[in-house]
Amino acid sequence: MSTRIVGPFNRVEGDLEVRLDVADGVVQSARVVSPLYRGFEPMLLGRVAEDALVIVPRICGICSVAQSAAAASALRQLTGLVPPENGQLAANLVLACENLADHLSHFYVFFMPDFARDAYRARDWFAQAKRRFKAGEGTASAEVLPARANFMHLMGLLAGKWPHTLCLQPGGTSRPLENAECLQVLTLLRAFRRFLERSVFDDSLESVARLTSSDDLAHWRRGRKGDLALFLTISDDLALHAIGRATDVFLSAGAYAQAQAHLFPAGLWRKGAVEALQPSAIVEDLSHAWMAGGTAAPYAGQTIPAPDKPDAYTWCKAPRYHDLVVETGALARQMVAGHPLIRALVTTDGASVRARVLARLLELALVVPHMEAWAQALQPRAPWCLPFVAPEHAHACGMVEAARGALGHWVGLQHGRISGYQIIAPTTWNFSPRDAAGRPGALEQALVGLPVPDAEDPPLVIQHVVRSFDPCMVCTVH
Amino acid sequence: MRPLNLLWLQSGGCGGCTLSLLNAEQPALFERLADAGIRLLWHPSLSEASGREALQILQDCADGQQVVDLLCLEGSVMTGPEGTGAFHRLAGTDQPMMHWIRKLAQRARYVLAVGTCAAYGGITSAASGDGFASLLGATGLQFDGAEPGGLLGPGFRAAEGLPVVNIAGCPTHPGWVLDTLLAIAMRRFDEADLDELGRPRLYADHLVHHGCPRNEFYEYKASAEKPGDLGCLMEHRGCVGTQAHGDCNTRLWNGSGSCLRGGYPCIACTEPGFESPRHAFAVTPKVAGIPVGLPADMPKAWFVALAALSKSATPKRVRENATADHLLLAPPVRRRKPR
Repeated sequence: MSTRIVGPFNRVEGDLEVRLDVADGVVQSARVVSPLYRGFEPMLLGRVAEDALVIVPRICGICSVAQSAAAASALRQLTGLVPPENGQLAANLVLACENLADHLSHFYVFFMPDFARDAYRARDWFAQAKRRFKAGEGTASAEVLPARANFMHLMGLLAGKWPHTLCLQPGGTSRPLENAECLQVLTLLRAFRRFLERSVFDDSLESVARLTSSDDLAHWRRGRKGDLALFLTISDDLALHAIGRATDVFLSAGAYAQAQAHLFPAGLWRKGAVEALQPSAIVEDLSHAWMAGGTAAPYAGQTIPAPDKPDAYTWCKAPRYHDLVVETGALARQMVAGHPLIRALVTTDGASVRARVLARLLELALVVPHMEAWAQALQPRAPWCLPFVAPEHAHACGMVEAARGALGHWVGLQHGRISGYQIIAPTTWNFSPRDAAGRPGALEQALVGLPVPDAEDPPLVIQHVVRSFDPCMVCTVH
Repeated sequence: MRPLNLLWLQSGGCGGCTLSLLNAEQPALFERLADAGIRLLWHPSLSEASGREALQILQDCADGQQVVDLLCLEGSVMTGPEGTGAFHRLAGTDQPMMHWIRKLAQRARYVLAVGTCAAYGGITSAASGDGFASLLGATGLQFDGAEPGGLLGPGFRAAEGLPVVNIAGCPTHPGWVLDTLLAIAMRRFDEADLDELGRPRLYADHLVHHGCPRNEFYEYKASAEKPGDLGCLMEHRGCVGTQAHGDCNTRLWNGSGSCLRGGYPCIACTEPGFESPRHAFAVTPKVAGIPVGLPADMPKAWFVALAALSKSATPKRVRENATADHLLLAPPVRRRKPR
């Protein structure tokens, strides 16, 4: 048995090291290491509740709005404040803008460049992949970065700036729009749709959203241009549908709150059935993290760094749901929501690199039409934000779906000041270490059995599986 | 002319300055760098090289075998606990990141701190009641807060003779970073282009107050009271744009935006110590009803007198619109009498 250490693992939005125990050229076990600690949870103690809105977005520059949304959600739960409809719609638009821009960034900047590596030069599709996706040189960035930046004009209009906005408030949003500005939102959305339909899908969004099965997908692909079709070609050749399976237990916190329910509902999918989400089932196990203390529910959680703790190997805590190791992200969201194509793929092969990437691209097709509807539902003369007054003593939890999955903030106030603040981010779930019972986290399980050829350094398949989760390492530890 | 090699490192930060760079427009990031003759040697979010490939690049740069013209650090230097740097170990090595930062800074022709974290410590160095900040030891490259020092010390000069260039901001505007890089690449940048805190004057010689669309409300001290109100955010809502260095309201963000246009106060994120105000962020601290933090170069007594006078002169339109979330009263239409 030999140990292979892969690091610095880049294009993972932060710092990551993967330690592989390899025998017979195959991973026997894996340890996923987050090597950076900043300590946002202790940083919040003693501050007034509203200060969380300024500080938490700075946990992460790519999930900035998601962190703001979770904090705003937790704060409003403290008093049961319900934002007016405009505030809810605008908040959904702002969060969806970040989530979709992130899906785009992940595919083009973080994930696809690995298929332009020289190691793949013998493949049929290589010349096309290299021309399109080579890091820093491929033709995709010349189209994608301007389209993404233009889409981000939604942020300039609705949120002031991105990243790190303060427009998401417990009572709604701070940026009321006039009628003409609502129409500007629509113009931006239509331009984004045009880019997606031309460059990503070579088809209408509605058509892509209607794909229901593997056969459908194979049929759709024939003669199709666009980057999704190219990805599917590569995926078939490299059998990306057959690698990257984790626990096949999927958790969604519910995405895009609408009047009575979420657009994509909250829940847990396991063994063919969906259960209602019970936030009280969530604990963080500290056994293998450089953290003092034991397993605790987030309301009782603490963050006390213990860098010399034996048996610990990461700054990341191990979240568990009823003792289950779960996966969260676009794939989880769509499994819980019941999208037929995603359900079909996972039922056949389990979670995989292909399914995760497909779920994110599918969400681009699913969510943009809803954004168009939300923009048209805005009513300029109706309220946008209600005032929020923090109570003296209370505790509450806010959970949202960031691009990468379930994000929860658990806040406690005493004498009007933050007495406790615990955060569990999507990649905290996905890249969790072992727990006290020795159960590895989702990625740690997905890596077992993968090939690690001596000649490959860093190993190729390992990279595809790790990046397929779309990790955000800065959120993971916070 | 050979291209300039840019090496980008990330340490105790959020990566937001890089994500902000991706918002660069007309042209976009890669074209902008190419046009400036800058070659990205390695960037953690943008480069293909990973694991051993990336380490080889860093090692070659540290050994002097690979020229580093521009070293950019994003995120604060993590020196804790107790000077060991163990809160950030460079993955794939057993060495603290601060060790790599120091080695590479010794080789670079120019060293740039991108973002307030790398410049002064920033959010990562935010204080909390129990001595947490000192345990963490998050500091800037050449400043610890407003104190010269940081990782490299006040005397540090990069190979071309400049101190650390502090492109402060949380996040930075992509234009601040790219305009500075272009100026350096074209040799039109020297120490006189930096202010006392090492910030490029191209953006730091402006105040966020310049170009704020709420200026009419400011003139009359017609003030917003709650989120969404159209009025000035200085009197009650914690805005310090009158003191904050930045060109946010003229350069604009993401097309047409800024914090103020987004309906929330400027928190002076380009300043050292912005992360630990001695008050809640979105509330203006006052003594006897008068805001405590006033424009730095304005005599206080005159400010108070002016404010009182302007409040008496406030048009009804301005007063009513200030506490509304949409225009209640439009500006009057003046009809010229026919001759």
